[in-house]
Amino acid sequence: MSVSAPESPLAVEEASARSADRPPVINDFSMVVATANGTGSQTANLTLLRAIFKMGIPVNGKNIFPSNIEGLPTWYHIRVSKDGYTARRHTSEVLVAFNEATVAQDIKDLPPGGVCIYPSDWRTPPGRADVITYAIPLNQFVRKTELKGKYRDYIANMVYVGAVAQLLGIDMEKIKEALSFHFKGRQKLVDQNYGVVEMAYEWTAANIVKTDPYRVAPMNETAGLMLIDGNEAAALGSVFGGVTVAAWYPITPSTSLIDYLGKYLHDLRRDPETGQQNYVIVQAEDELAAIGMVVGAGWAGARAMTSTSGPGLSLMAEFAGLAYYAEVPAVIWDVQRVGPATGLPTRTSQGDISFAYTLGHGDTKHILLLPGTVGECFDFGTTAFNLAEELQTPVFVMTDLDLGMNNWMTPPFHYPTEPIKRGKVLTAEQLNPHGFARYRDVDGDGIPYRTLPGTEHPLAAYFTRGSGHNELAQYSEKAADWYNNMARLARKFETARQLVPAPAIEEVKSAEVGIIAYGSTLPAIEEARDRLQAAGLPTSFLRLRALPINGEVRDFVERHDRIYVVEMNRDGQMRQILVSEMPDLATKLHSISYLDGLPLTARWVAEAIQKVEG
Amino acid sequence: MTTRPIERKNAIGLAAADYKGLPTTLCQGCGHNSIASQISTAAYELNLRPHEVIKMSGIGCSSKSPAYFLGMSHGINALHGRMPSIATGALVANHSLKALGVSGDGDTGSIGFGQFKHLIRRNVRMVYIVENNGVYGLTKGQFSVTADQDQRLKYAGVNPFPALDLCAEAIIAGCGFVARSFSGDPKQVRELLKAALNHRGTALLDIISPCVTFNNEESSTKSYPFGKDHEFPLQDISYVPKQEEIMIEDYQPGSVQEVTLHDGSIIHLRKLEAHYDPTNRLQALARLEKAQHEREFITGLIYFDGERPSLAEVSHLPETPLVQLPEEKLRPSPDALARVMTSFR
Repeated sequence: MSVSAPESPLAVEEASARSADRPPVINDFSMVVATANGTGSQTANLTLLRAIFKMGIPVNGKNIFPSNIEGLPTWYHIRVSKDGYTARRHTSEVLVAFNEATVAQDIKDLPPGGVCIYPSDWRTPPGRADVITYAIPLNQFVRKTELKGKYRDYIANMVYVGAVAQLLGIDMEKIKEALSFHFKGRQKLVDQNYGVVEMAYEWTAANIVKTDPYRVAPMNETAGLMLIDGNEAAALGSVFGGVTVAAWYPITPSTSLIDYLGKYLHDLRRDPETGQQNYVIVQAEDELAAIGMVVGAGWAGARAMTSTSGPGLSLMAEFAGLAYYAEVPAVIWDVQRVGPATGLPTRTSQGDISFAYTLGHGDTKHILLLPGTVGECFDFGTTAFNLAEELQTPVFVMTDLDLGMNNWMTPPFHYPTEPIKRGKVLTAEQLNPHGFARYRDVDGDGIPYRTLPGTEHPLAAYFTRGSGHNELAQYSEKAADWYNNMARLARKFETARQLVPAPAIEEVKSAEVGIIAYGSTLPAIEEARDRLQAAGLPTSFLRLRALPINGEVRDFVERHDRIYVVEMNRDGQMRQILVSEMPDLATKLHSISYLDGLPLTARWVAEAIQKVEG
Repeated sequence: MTTRPIERKNAIGLAAADYKGLPTTLCQGCGHNSIASQISTAAYELNLRPHEVIKMSGIGCSSKSPAYFLGMSHGINALHGRMPSIATGALVANHSLKALGVSGDGDTGSIGFGQFKHLIRRNVRMVYIVENNGVYGLTKGQFSVTADQDQRLKYAGVNPFPALDLCAEAIIAGCGFVARSFSGDPKQVRELLKAALNHRGTALLDIISPCVTFNNEESSTKSYPFGKDHEFPLQDISYVPKQEEIMIEDYQPGSVQEVTLHDGSIIHLRKLEAHYDPTNRLQALARLEKAQHEREFITGLIYFDGERPSLAEVSHLPETPLVQLPEEKLRPSPDALARVMTSFR
């Protein structure tokens, strides 16, 4: 049900643009920086983000970027929130308009009373009667730097950093620290960039009279926190999870996960003296080969992973099925994006859930991990490998572009408490003198024992195949063998229910309404719940962290009168899965699903629920 | 008194029977069975430890055959055309394994052509056997990409397209061990297998292995009668293990060539085509081109280059295979994590 578009930008009451008497808005607004792709503006934006973070103010950055190397428009959203909210907002009050091609629309998107900072060099200054504009002489600063070509563009971005720092009150020491962070302490670069920032900062102080209310002020809310994106956290988590083989094919938005994996493996898992690496990363010829390598490595006993996005997942379907039936461990990270083919490759989605859950032909059911925070991206680096090896099956970690490529605040990661679990692998010493039966359910949990190639025992070997096999892994077309094997695989899936991460539940005693969600929508849900509570609608919240579900989910649904399953796809894919798991409770499960490529906002979630609640 | 025959054992105490697999389910007279039998014999004669060998295949008649040899070795029957990626993963995970891949002309030349080329390009150390019969057997008689142009088959009609030469394709992709053989020439198959098992990287054996059911008319270059009548070995091949001394015989000068494999063993080639030098890449390609043009069935070591390092070698792997590394090697310390995390503040 209810697929409804978010309503048009905020209907705020008429505000006078130039009212010096408007009360200051401190640490509670959004800013959008509009630039052209490939101009190096990301450095400037991350500098602003990290400087605010270092001032102790909760902050979140979202890059809304095009599928393009150079020239197309890109927007970077920074939300500053004293209350710690990190979800996207519908509206940004402050616009840094540094892209002449988009300024006409960008300025329209501002709320009344909003702010527009733009280069004074433009022939036609952007204008809107109810918006405060500040013009910055960009070229004047760039000329002074004596830089040429591309470097001019890079440094030009530092001009708006300086202007914004002055206008919002960002601490210049923190700007310097952020630059130092970004350039990894390379002092010449730090100085060069800071010089421009400072010039613009001073000029703005001397030449612009601030008439808008938006500013930042130091807090103490980010002490001990880190700012990191989900792909980097996932890569680091996989390193500590013991990955040995990674095979992949480049695809946005998952590429940086493997880039980071290479970086951290090189730093942490390479012997600096001998140069020996206790890992291999293979850039495959396509995703089909990438998953083939992962399955081959997993079969041989390695902790093997790949990282991809929807189109790549499509190519992995046949191998996912083989790995399920042949019972080979594999870890597949799916950093979800929108649509098939190119789709919207740089926009976020939760559209691969149904597809991944049953990826493969014939009866196939997979384990899906659903990280909702960058901390879980790190943790699931270990969890995914342990589950894959314990259950001898592929494990899909379903993240998305928003979680994977944007910067999030997080408490420090916990060193894994779980050991590296290799599952039921028999060594030569453990092998029964009479051998073993590869696909026999010895323990009643559906999980059979396996041996690895290289095991020195005359009865260790078996022939792995997806085709029909009996308990001894011998080819069989007997009806009973096929049936029994499928029944055991189903039993193994039941075992998995108890092994996968349990849902995170926040129960409100008086609540009749429950929300079920998963993944990167977490901040929007949390904020929406506060809004609903304020509007007199208390809600409980169950955040799925994995499929298959276990009894806790059923209990949660049973305890509430109405459940809203919130997700970022058109058809309510997770709701469909929940309905198939709990058909008797189907009428309680309402879908609140929406997808336009942008992260969900709290306002949309709250209003969609209120609309149904009436 | 009865006498029991004394079972012969090889140097590691295994009998020939220890290298056999299950009874074949392929057609009687299928060339693939002869190849399976030669694999067992070569492994026995090389004293291979069965647990150090893995066998892999794709889908098709050929790909069933790993069940019919080396029953004490782990095997995996992968997807159609995807054996190369399975092999690549398995062999970086455990580079101490010797690998035998068995594929067919459809599995390699059609659905798996990309993976075949990329496996060779990466020089994954394995023996890649193509049991080449020019036809799809399990689906009952369609042309494969190695079928002769203008050939007629009972059900498939006439093939209007030129044949792909898998040896030439392998050489172009950078393969350092390219041989063609004939399942009806078991000795040559066996000697090539032994040499290939000791090659540094990917070794391609394109073995014409007639399909007695669907493509065995004498007019077909993939048929048994054609092979028997037309096989033209470029050399008489003997594999000489490292430990053995080579028996010096009286050869005409220039009539013998030896190539040394990575482990020090030698392929001894008695030339049957006087001027053919298998270490000359361009000559190899030209010879294949001529053979295809003139319907010559040349066999033997077509091309050899033992210099290119394997994927495992360029991957800076430790001596211990990745799959055998203990947890402390795989998971960095809490200090390491703490150090990394300071960089996210």
